[in-house]
Amino acid sequence: MVDALNGLIVLANFVLIPATAYGAQLALGALGVTLIYGILRFSNFAHGDTMAFGTAITVLVTWGFQALGISFGPLPTALLALPIGIAATSLLVVGTDRAVYRFYRKQRAAPVIYLIASLGVMFVLNGLVRFIIGTDDQRFTDGERFLISVREFKAMTGLAEGLAIRTTQAITVVVAVLVVAALFWFLNRTRTGKSMRAYSDNEDLALLSGINPERVVLYTWLIVAALATTAGVLYGLDKSFKPFVYFQLLLPIFAAAIVGGLGNPLGAIAGGFVIAYSEVLITYPMKRVLGYWMPESLEPDGLVQLLSTDYKFAVSFSILLIVLLFRPTGLFKGKSL
Amino acid sequence: MIGSLFRGMTRRDLLLFAFVAVLYIGTAYVQSWNTVLGMVNLALISAIMALGVNMQWGYAGLLNVGVMGFVALGGLAAVLVSVPPTEEAVSAGGLQIVIALLLGAATVAAAVVAWGKMPPSRARGFAVAGILLVGFFVFRAVFDPAVARVEAVNPASTGYLGGLHLPVVISWPVGGLFAAGAAWIIGKSALRLRSDYLAIATLGISEIIIAILKNEDWLSRGVKNATGVPSPMPAAIDLQNDPSFVERVTAWGFDPVTASTISVKLGYMALFLAVLVALIWLTQMALNSPWGRMMRAIRDNEVAASAMGKDVTKRHLQIFILGSAVCGMAGAMLVTLDGQLTPGTYQPLRFTFLIWVMVIVGGSGNNWGSVLGGFLIYWLYIQVEPIGIWTMEMITSGMADGSWLKAHLLESAAHMRLLTMGVILLVVLRFSPRGLIPER
Repeated sequence: MVDALNGLIVLANFVLIPATAYGAQLALGALGVTLIYGILRFSNFAHGDTMAFGTAITVLVTWGFQALGISFGPLPTALLALPIGIAATSLLVVGTDRAVYRFYRKQRAAPVIYLIASLGVMFVLNGLVRFIIGTDDQRFTDGERFLISVREFKAMTGLAEGLAIRTTQAITVVVAVLVVAALFWFLNRTRTGKSMRAYSDNEDLALLSGINPERVVLYTWLIVAALATTAGVLYGLDKSFKPFVYFQLLLPIFAAAIVGGLGNPLGAIAGGFVIAYSEVLITYPMKRVLGYWMPESLEPDGLVQLLSTDYKFAVSFSILLIVLLFRPTGLFKGKSL
Repeated sequence: MIGSLFRGMTRRDLLLFAFVAVLYIGTAYVQSWNTVLGMVNLALISAIMALGVNMQWGYAGLLNVGVMGFVALGGLAAVLVSVPPTEEAVSAGGLQIVIALLLGAATVAAAVVAWGKMPPSRARGFAVAGILLVGFFVFRAVFDPAVARVEAVNPASTGYLGGLHLPVVISWPVGGLFAAGAAWIIGKSALRLRSDYLAIATLGISEIIIAILKNEDWLSRGVKNATGVPSPMPAAIDLQNDPSFVERVTAWGFDPVTASTISVKLGYMALFLAVLVALIWLTQMALNSPWGRMMRAIRDNEVAASAMGKDVTKRHLQIFILGSAVCGMAGAMLVTLDGQLTPGTYQPLRFTFLIWVMVIVGGSGNNWGSVLGGFLIYWLYIQVEPIGIWTMEMITSGMADGSWLKAHLLESAAHMRLLTMGVILLVVLRFSPRGLIPER
């Protein structure tokens, strides 16, 4: 019995908790992608770099706060800087929309043209972020490191294995829940949110009933800026901030959005967790867990790691392929095909 | 024959080509011929990649955002074909690795067959999942020990199976075949869906190919780089030691060292140029044939084309494989030129998105446009950096030395490259969406 519990603790410590935090970050990122897809009807390849931009600004403001001696007690200072990062990103994405996408909207261009334009925007943001903050790894986490540390947990329960919950992981989940709750309240209860959903469901009908498309698009970008910056900052707090890594996050984020069903916000959240859990579970060596769970004679010799962590992209990609092959509209019904 | 090569060219197009030529010749006078020949060789390879992407995007409207992966696969082919085999490693585990890979392939095939043969039911899902799971563990059980033995063979200098020791030029078509194989897998699963999905699927496969090249040391030494890909040209040092060569070039008044490196680069240039001309001829013929017209008809109106009895998905798969093969071939040529495979240098911004800028700027749907775009954008890509640094020095010249802002601005001038390429793409897409040499 104690062995089973110990195994469970190892699994929770190395798989469940990190994957939950990662899943929340992916879900926020995928929500941004899915909203743009639903309202503006294209896959935004610049999303990863939008996240990087928001995070870069937040990191700079965090450093400024730290230099001024402003802190948020046990919580990371970056949370105080987050609104400023969101504001800057909002300016950026609304500016990009005015300068780039609005023209194609007027022309009623094909979605693929938007996609190529977003590649151009991606290039520009890539350069901009490197110009602002460079290419190096930046750590900007401060405040209390652990909510529960391994030692405290062991003392509390008397088990052989410890469980640690880092503050950043707890914050990630709490913030993600708050943001998602606010988003769904907005989409379902407010007039603007309802008009956004109407526009996403049927553009022509929405226009006929007097919805101003430019207003819908503006609100979409503002929400996307907030989601992208929050996702980026949470990811950066949890791991670290490196521009190229944010570009690479594009793949699991897209995978999450498609697995859940592009254009479906609920699906994006589910997709984020599906991708995160499978990525972590498949790349984690299960030897220690199985060591507790299996009888001694059957204990595995190897690491029982299905794939090395270098192939974590392969996991999200395989899930993506399976979903594309067997259920192209995603787990929840998206507006694909 | 020759007429079809230049079909549709106007005087304006020739002027554009002359302008690009002037850019390169001007650079030769400012910097050196040696530098410019190196640039021309890379521009030729980039132009071939652009031709491949243009076949997919320009003829058929397919969005391939994984060019880098196909290029890297071609590079792998160059290593596997040309380097000598590591005898010791091959005897240690070569056969076993091959068996393991065949087992893996058999597993997938069995799963596909089971899916096709069994009636749709819950049992079918479990059966297929079971086949895959068992197959995976069998594969790992055979594969892992063999890999460990191969990688243990002299890891500092080899530690991989090596290649077939054939002439490196053979690897160019082989690289095309490798890329075609990967394209077939992707195309089969993603082409029947909407265009965005193909983009995301290709983005994914390219990241995975790079991950494999970086981590599978038994295959191509991973990040330790597979060096020593033999050159199809005589080495510069041999030319310098060849008395008849030295005598000839000194008689013409050249420095033997410079002359030897330039001769080698000219040799590569001739080879690459031959490939490029052959490809342009083929693509021009194809584009102006009934097949090319059918492709464009499908691109412009899929519904109408399928109503006329054209199999849209099949044709898309065909052009997707062809275009990827061209990219793979260019990848093998690139590794031949470098003499080594360095997985760390494959950056999506350089090998995927820059090629896209070339195609869009040059003129999508026009083969000559892709070539022009390849040369023009490659020149810009290289020259933007010195121009950026120079501009930053001008801007910061008034600032106090040692100021934080000055240091930061000078340091980040190198990132101007990405910014400029993005702005060029956006500007061309908006104000001249048909590119410099539009489709005719």
